[in-house]
Amino acid sequence: MTQVKLLLGTKKGAFILDGDGDRRDWALRGPFCETWPINHVIADPATGTIWAAGGNEWFGPAVWRSTDVGESWTHSSTGLAYPAGETPIKAAWSLALGPDGTLWCGVEPAGLFRSDDRGETWTQVTGLTSHPSRADWQPGGGGMILHGILPHPADADRLWVAISVAGVFATEDGGATWAPRNRGTRQDYAPEEQRYPEHGQCVHALAMAAGMPDRLYQQNHCGMYRSEDGGRVWTSIEAGLPSSFGFPAVAHPRDPDTLYLLPLNGDQAGRYMPDAAAAVWRTRDAGANWQALRDGLPQQHAYFGVMRRAMAADRLDPAGVYFGTSGGGLYASADEGEAWTCIAEHLPTILSVETLVRDG
Amino acid sequence: MADPVTVLLPEALRRLFPGAPRQAEVTAGTVAEAIAALDRLWPGMADRLCDSTPAIRRHLNIFVDGERARLDTPIPPRGEMLVMTWISGG
Repeated sequence: MTQVKLLLGTKKGAFILDGDGDRRDWALRGPFCETWPINHVIADPATGTIWAAGGNEWFGPAVWRSTDVGESWTHSSTGLAYPAGETPIKAAWSLALGPDGTLWCGVEPAGLFRSDDRGETWTQVTGLTSHPSRADWQPGGGGMILHGILPHPADADRLWVAISVAGVFATEDGGATWAPRNRGTRQDYAPEEQRYPEHGQCVHALAMAAGMPDRLYQQNHCGMYRSEDGGRVWTSIEAGLPSSFGFPAVAHPRDPDTLYLLPLNGDQAGRYMPDAAAAVWRTRDAGANWQALRDGLPQQHAYFGVMRRAMAADRLDPAGVYFGTSGGGLYASADEGEAWTCIAEHLPTILSVETLVRDG
Repeated sequence: MADPVTVLLPEALRRLFPGAPRQAEVTAGTVAEAIAALDRLWPGMADRLCDSTPAIRRHLNIFVDGERARLDTPIPPRGEMLVMTWISGG
């Protein structure tokens, strides 16, 4: 029987919701990870191993690991540290598993680490933090964080990362060298003649189109974008959306033209659902047209936000889509976003949502 | 060889290292040496107590015989090192 698990990172620990292929009934487990703030939880679909990235105000950053689907957990930060004298790492922020089994971890202050032993020990990717633009990177409201990691699905040397506030950077040699990939994305907080710099943009989320690894989608602090060339050039796809501001971006598991966004009302307007009515916005044509999906979502008094990692899709057909709110609500759709159900309430602020589908 | 010192560990730290007791005896002459000894007993514990500055983590306090200490603070023979969480969280 197909098992579907929703992996939540929250401000007070990790949670897991267990469901089946119907995705109608869910059972909640948690909080795990000693209620540490957990920024991102991912799983290896092949083995079921779960990793949770976080940081605790008392005890610092760590990546937690469970090899029994959440029953028991260990934690490690061996090697997850900058050299003595540099600003210490505050928290682990993002995780991704590469095609060769490399586990990647983004941290605050922004930097990237890799583990070649499934999260037991870590090594800094110095090629990124030694990039000449590093001195220009600035913290945003959420800190200076490497919050997004997109590995190429087949080529272990290719990787994209998202840094706030620095922009998108890419490597094609396994992390030795990096190049900014921000051309065409706007930086509204710069003087008018400096709004399209090489780096310094506030990327919020990256997503890769299914089967088209050079097609990337981006939710930025200042607009929504698509790239057809691995991020070298970005084109705005925000026309037709209720605002240019939001956090998550989620690609469909099979259709490269389908993308889900969750625009908020504006970065200086409260950052909640436009008109306080919740909607997920979907394109079926790579951003040319947008459709609001509202069935089952609250249409009044929806003053919540949705964080940058707090939306995900599963790989089933039809695809399930899920998002968690700043107010601790979790919404699920088992039909590609057509209809929604609230499947959990009163959780801590939800920082990330990911899925794990297992057959058998 | 330095004399044994007594180390008192807070509950929130012990939950991260199953089996770690409230009170442990280690051989150390300074706070840094005591933390290194704890890390040998419970691998990873030094990372929870210190950052990479290196320094005692900002929201932890360590007292040696009642006086707030730093990593280089000496611990006298038969002295006591108390690890406490400071007011924090959210």
